[in-house]
Amino acid sequence: MKRAHLLSTQELTRADALEILDTARQLSRATDGAIRKLPTLRGRTVVNLFFEDSTRTRLSFEAAAKRLSADVINFSAKGSSVSKGESLKDTAQTLEAMGGELMIIRHSASGAAQRLAESGWVKSHIVNAGDGMHEHPTQALLDAFTIRSHFPEFDRDFTGLRIGIVGDILHSRVARSNAQLLTLLGADVVLIAPPTLLPIGVDTWPVKISYDLDSEISSLDAIMALRVQSERMNDAFFPSEREYAREYGLAGSRLRALKKNAIIMHPGPMNRGLEISAEGADSKQSVILEQVANGVLVRMAVLYLLMGGAPIPTEGVLV
Amino acid sequence: MSVVLEQSEIERSLKRIAHEIIERNHGLDSVILMGIPTRGVTLAQRIGEFLRNIEKPVPVGTLDITMFRDDLRLRPPRALAKTEIPAEGIEGRDLILVDDVLFSGRTIRAALDAIGELGRPRSVQLAVLIDRGHRQLPIRADFVGKNIPTNARENVRVQLLEVDGLDQVEVGI
Amino acid sequence: MSSADFLLRNVLTADQVRVDIEVVAGTISRIGGELTSPFPVVEGNQNLVLPGLVDLHTHLREPGKESSETVLSGSQAAVKGGYLALSAMANTSPVADTAGVVEQVARLGRDAGLCDVFPIGAVTVGLKGESLAELAAMAHSAAKVRIFSDDGNCVSDPLLMRRALEYVKSFGGVIAQHAQEPKLTSGAQMNEGVVSSRLGLKGWPAVAEESIIARDILMAQYVGSRLHICHLTTKGGVELVRWAKSQGMAVTAEVTPHHLLLTDELANSFDPVYKVNPPLRTQADVSALRAGLADGTIDIVATDHAPHPSEEKDCEWSAAAFGMVGLETALSVVVETMIDTGLMEWEKLVDRMSLAPAAIGGYEDHGAIAVGRPANFVVVNPKERWTVDRRTLQSKSSNTPFDGRSLPAKVVHAFYRGVQVLNDGQLTGSKYE
Repeated sequence: MKRAHLLSTQELTRADALEILDTARQLSRATDGAIRKLPTLRGRTVVNLFFEDSTRTRLSFEAAAKRLSADVINFSAKGSSVSKGESLKDTAQTLEAMGGELMIIRHSASGAAQRLAESGWVKSHIVNAGDGMHEHPTQALLDAFTIRSHFPEFDRDFTGLRIGIVGDILHSRVARSNAQLLTLLGADVVLIAPPTLLPIGVDTWPVKISYDLDSEISSLDAIMALRVQSERMNDAFFPSEREYAREYGLAGSRLRALKKNAIIMHPGPMNRGLEISAEGADSKQSVILEQVANGVLVRMAVLYLLMGGAPIPTEGVLV
Repeated sequence: MSVVLEQSEIERSLKRIAHEIIERNHGLDSVILMGIPTRGVTLAQRIGEFLRNIEKPVPVGTLDITMFRDDLRLRPPRALAKTEIPAEGIEGRDLILVDDVLFSGRTIRAALDAIGELGRPRSVQLAVLIDRGHRQLPIRADFVGKNIPTNARENVRVQLLEVDGLDQVEVGI
Repeated sequence: MSSADFLLRNVLTADQVRVDIEVVAGTISRIGGELTSPFPVVEGNQNLVLPGLVDLHTHLREPGKESSETVLSGSQAAVKGGYLALSAMANTSPVADTAGVVEQVARLGRDAGLCDVFPIGAVTVGLKGESLAELAAMAHSAAKVRIFSDDGNCVSDPLLMRRALEYVKSFGGVIAQHAQEPKLTSGAQMNEGVVSSRLGLKGWPAVAEESIIARDILMAQYVGSRLHICHLTTKGGVELVRWAKSQGMAVTAEVTPHHLLLTDELANSFDPVYKVNPPLRTQADVSALRAGLADGTIDIVATDHAPHPSEEKDCEWSAAAFGMVGLETALSVVVETMIDTGLMEWEKLVDRMSLAPAAIGGYEDHGAIAVGRPANFVVVNPKERWTVDRRTLQSKSSNTPFDGRSLPAKVVHAFYRGVQVLNDGQLTGSKYE
């Protein structure tokens, strides 16, 4: 994969995606065998540039970088007065001046990672760790990795797998990245949400749209529940949490309607009792903790493929 | 390219290496083979087969050393290969690394680093089909199929039936 | 600046008639073929002569944000683009909501002396949409304000809008509405549609614009007042205005050059140079806007020239300011989108960019080249193509979306009240040499 950056799933080819997933799998075998630390990125510096609070994602990237022996600089804007755009440029330039070669950026502004990669502000490799409502490519990759490990007969081609993503599609970068990546790999993706939580224009996505979870659930091989942000209720996206849980919550009889080999996924953090019941989260079919473990592997693969080989000019993306 | 080793010679070399391994280690009780992908894995499996026929089966694993290389930045990222540690583990074992060609010694250095991360074998030995010289590190092989003098610009191409469809070693520019 | 009497020789009018134009004491004294005149000759080289362009929608940033633009630098940019009359929007700091501020802007315009600068007054105090500004005081001030607008904000309160529409009737004013339903566009970043759905940028639905247009044309009709709709961007908006005109309603509308050329696909770059309010829309909207401008549904082109300092664009999309500079590229973009496409002839362009805006604003000295009228005209080479370079713009700001783009039509000369303010593409006069 001759790429300088990982900005979105939109830019990935099927071959790129499989290369990342294959690399993660080989890393999984190597590290299963008790190799806790690889020297690959020794002496290289990775910057965690987190303008939005996300302890899990940051720790996952940090663990990935450290297992590859990279030095990690953490920047967190939490609680600081960073709000103007200038700060992204200044902060990135400052951290590059400290030796950063690859920046993992989490930002509330859609497009922040692409802007950092294409504006000419810095020369570093850029990895998008979630930008606004736009994309979260490593989350989609770890989800694909998790699905693949449970359906070995679909190893190189997800054609025939049906994957449901339930909930707040409108505001979800996880949904955007997954809809793109899983479709690219061949899966049928069904987005299940009330019309208020689906974006205008979603009809042009390569997915099926449904408002009715019950009519879809028994056909799914994997179901991904998205986190419901409590502030959505105040904006009248749905009338009440109770009504949302009743219509779209993964609970009760819906769990029993699932195929026996279907897997239950959630990008975390969960609202137990809202989008997913405790029973669902803890069920044998739940792979939510595997997703977390796989996140480290996929992120190791991304870091290795972006900065492990010969230096690639970071202006633009080479193919 | 000219052929320097044919199928029968390859077979003979590997069989001899198998005998030498038994002799050197006074039996096979603690021996474990680890092939370095890609062709080192095939060679390790063949040596393992000889050992089984001569005396008894030994564990055969694979060790991908890509992530331990010191020349990663000279080329685009390489695809990773499998690492499979036999269930018996490597702790306290006599671990025989198997590779096709010994050249600069850097691959073996990387393999030693990888082994260091995996555990502590009692000894590490090295078996190669071809030793072509030009070492850049103080590394030597314990078991050599054939020493082939080369100049540094020449290529040594090892082809094996399981991977390439025929058994043959060639040298040339 | 040369203020002598002169003869402009050998130019073509918009309807392709070869003429000479004699100017004496700032006034057009004679127009005809092959005139003989005692005065120095300015050679027109068979280029086009057009009445000076008139912009009803310019952000000059003075007072308050002089680092982005001043009345002088904006006037210079205007002249380079062929404009000889500007309408300075009220969203300055302080807001142009009192006679004092509008008179100050008018005075700055006179001091610059390159073109006419007509202040627009705010509709509501501080553009807050809460209470009416002293509209009559501004109308009766030395600045003689006739256009009122809260541009940047919509006068969304229907009762306040009704009152404003009624009130300005007493002095022949017009309300220029920025049609944007605020609740439907809270936090909006770009056109709502296919592109926004993929980019995860908060969408700005067309209906947020159209619902206000629909409301206001009905209300203007009801109270018997004139309404001007700023920067129309949607197909639906064009259809609403077309319907209103078919009913004989007194509504006028404008379109910006950038909405005639650019679409929301450009947001894929996440480069905020394409971030503008109202947002770039789809190709279908662009086509409808062009058709509307050609058939007269849309009366005028207005630049919505909105300068911003680099730090407000050199950042991530959501942190960036809305707006694009446009004075220096407007004519070329309209030629590219309307003339070179065969949708319009030059005579219509003159109407949309000079005559009609002058009529809406009541700018009597502009809009026509005729004997006895002030010599406000420009000479344009329609064939010469040029490449936009953000670094060489006359404006103090460089936030043009057309950087690097090759465009047709170059403004060669400009004469403001008989004074040559642009000579061979260069600003003239000791002040600017």
